Parts: sequence; structure tokens; C-alpha cells
Amino acid sequence: MRFLEMVDTYWLFFLVGQYPDGPLGGLALTLVLAALGLLLALPAGLLLGLARVSPWRWLRWPVTAFVFVVRGTPLLMVVFWAYFFLPSITGHKTGQFSTMLIALVLFDGAQLAEIVRAGIQGLPRGQMESARSLGLPWLAAMRRVVLPQALQHMLPSLVNQFVTTIRETSLGYIIGLAEVSFIATQINTLVFIYPTQIYLILGLTYFVLCFGLSRLAFWLERRLARRAAPTPLPSTP
Amino acid sequence: MPTFDFSLLLSGTVHDMLAAGLRLSLTLLGVTLPLALLLGVLVALARLAPLAPLRAAGWLFVESQRNVPLLAHMLFWYFGAPELLPDGAREWLYAHNAEAVAALVSLTLYYGAFMAEDVRSGIRAVPGVQLEAGRALGLGFLPAMRLVVLPQALRAAVPPLVSQTLNLWKDTSIATVIGVAELMYQAAKVEAATFRSFEAFTFATASYLAVSLLITALAAWHHRRHPPRAL
Repeated sequence: MRFLEMVDTYWLFFLVGQYPDGPLGGLALTLVLAALGLLLALPAGLLLGLARVSPWRWLRWPVTAFVFVVRGTPLLMVVFWAYFFLPSITGHKTGQFSTMLIALVLFDGAQLAEIVRAGIQGLPRGQMESARSLGLPWLAAMRRVVLPQALQHMLPSLVNQFVTTIRETSLGYIIGLAEVSFIATQINTLVFIYPTQIYLILGLTYFVLCFGLSRLAFWLERRLARRAAPTPLPSTP
Repeated sequence: MPTFDFSLLLSGTVHDMLAAGLRLSLTLLGVTLPLALLLGVLVALARLAPLAPLRAAGWLFVESQRNVPLLAHMLFWYFGAPELLPDGAREWLYAHNAEAVAALVSLTLYYGAFMAEDVRSGIRAVPGVQLEAGRALGLGFLPAMRLVVLPQALRAAVPPLVSQTLNLWKDTSIATVIGVAELMYQAAKVEAATFRSFEAFTFATASYLAVSLLITALAAWHHRRHPPRAL
């Protein structure tokens, strides 16, 4: 088989897997998984981060322990736990896509929780204290005073988080999820004589995607920095 | 789910497999870390060198590593790259644990790129006059970097380098994909052979966690011994 013939035969398989005759796969699945993973990890990270700084011990301690354990373990370990133990908890078989999605949400949620926590704790204490002394309860003070300031600078780093999530979806490979790395390996098994070229194309695909997105983040950051008039926080006494 | 059999982890075949896996994981970390650090310093210097082609090469290296998942790098170095070698070298490689070599190469290059960025921002944290003063005293670019700037820069770069070391430790697990018999691989093998998944995964998780905690503790100790100074 000639190289161009291979490209001609398999490019669609590489991009969308067996779709429309079968389940979605390939690069499209990578993107869908990364987007969904990030979208669900954001609220999870926000809630976990809030729980990490909440004044209630019964909430703070278990969440702190959870975040600690997840951040000290490889994502692959979380994927394995989800893959082997979700079925025994829920009682029926979990598909590879849902397994990977759950692992991503747990893992990235814990990472984002630390970013949210750092954002909140980076604000002067006076913000929370003055809101509380104005009579706002803790949650309301958090929602209306602290969080808007803490999350203000998170938008450009969200795009970077998306790039990280795209890289992480490649681990779906190990549980047989038909994302783009897995598809590349399948093509390699079928064609057999172009391993170097196939894996170079795989690398180049990720590169174009992730590099493009991180340039976008850079551009967004500069644009936001130029547009937002500097609003100095009142300095702490 | 069957009950948790703790004795499996203390002795016997399962214990031996998991312990061998942990040893190999630690070896991967121990070999990769100094190599990646060295590569990181070299690439950081290249990215700041007074030669434009060198700067461009450093930039291209860092971006091409960081924007591709480690798993794709490993697949390339294991399945793709050996095809480029001459026949003799390739056969030698396949006879000498090609999986471990591919894992070492990809981990070193990948983390070398991340560490280069940390070292580079450490260097940029050192005021420019330090380099200028070194040059004014008659030192060349490289000696001024080595004797004046780098000692200060590396110290400033310790916290991000520690978190890269943690990521490196966790990412040694990805070597499973190309069949390196490290901890994750052995845990999966125990699962397949004995169905003792709960014990095997608990052992693996506890080991990853313990080493991560150890690295964090060392970093905290270093931070207390050498508190950050304003430059």
C-alpha cells in the first residue's frame, strides 16, 4: 500500500471513527470528550474549591482529603478505579466514554479546586470580613463579593485548561476508547508498514490543535488586559 | 466484592509483582529526573541565548513537546522511531528492553521541555543587571550565566520544578501503554491474573500517594531551610 493511498483510505476514520455507520470516534471524539469534561469539571472544581475554604469542618475535611488523594495519584489510576469499580457500585456496565468522562471530571475537578481555592485565598481577607460585617451570610458574601473578584482572571487560563484536558483524553486509549490515539494505533495495525508516519501525523494533529488553542489563550489574555480598565483593590489596612 | 485480603500485599506472588513494579517506577523517576533537569537547563539557556537560530530551535522544541500528549510521544518513540534506525541498531534495541528506552526518552524530552520553561522564568526573575555586571567584569555569556545568574535562577525555580517532579512521578504510569512493567502495568496484570483488583489498585494508589507526599515533604523542608529571598 502506497502512503498516499493509506491517507486516502483512512483520513475519515482518523477524524470521526466509524461514524455515521458506527459510534463517533477519532479526533471528533477527542474534542467532544475534552469539551464535555471541561464543562462538567468547572462546576465540580468550583464546588470543591468552595468546600475547601468553607467554615464548616464536616465539609472541609473530607473534601480536603479527597482533593489531596486525587492530586497525588496519576490520572491513569483514577481511570482504572472508574473502569473497574463503577460497574460494581452502579450494578451495570459503564461504557468507555462515560468512564473516561467521570475520571476526567473527578481528576480535573480536584485540580481546578486548588486554582479556585488559591484565587479566593489570594484576595485580601478584608473583602470577606467587610461583607460579613455588612450582614451577608457566608454563602452570599462568597457569591456576591469574593467569587466575582477571584474568578475574574480565570478566563484565559480556561483555554489552557482545555488544552490540558485534550492531552488528558489520550489516556482513554488504555481502556479502549476510540479517541484519536487509539484510532491511530488501529490504523497502524491495519497498515503495518508506516508506523513512523502514522505516529508523526498523530503528533502533528495534537500539535496543531493544542498550539492553536494556546495562541488563542495568549491573544485573549492580552485583549482582556488591554480592555479591562485597571480597578485597584482597596489595600488592606 | 470479595473481602480485602491484606496478606496478599505482604508476601507471595502478588506482593512480588507489585514490588517489582514499584521498583521500576522509582527507577524511571530516578533516571529521568536528572536527565530532564539537565536538558531543561540547556534548553532554557538556548531560549535566552544571543543567537537567533538557537532561540528558535529551543522554542520549537518546547512547543512541540508541550502541545502533544505524553502518550502520543511514547507511541511514537516505541512504534515509530525505531523504524528510522539502521537494521543493526534496531535489532539491538529490541533485544535490550526497547519499551523502557522509549519510555525514558519520551519522559526525558517531555519533562525537559516543561522544566526548561520553569528554569527560563527563574532566569527571567533574576534582574538583568546581574548578567550585565557579570559581563562587565569580563565573563563571557556562558560563564556569566553559570556563575552569576543560574545559581540565583535555579533557587527561584525550585517550587515549579518540584511540581514538575510530582507530575513526572505520576506520568511514569503512562509507560504502561507501551508495556513497560512498572507499577500500573503490574497492578493491571495482577487484576487480570487473580481478580484481586481491589488489593492491587489500593497498593498502587497508596504507593503513588506516598511518593508524592514524600516529594512534597522534601519541598516543604527545602522551603523552610532556604526561604525565598527578594532578589
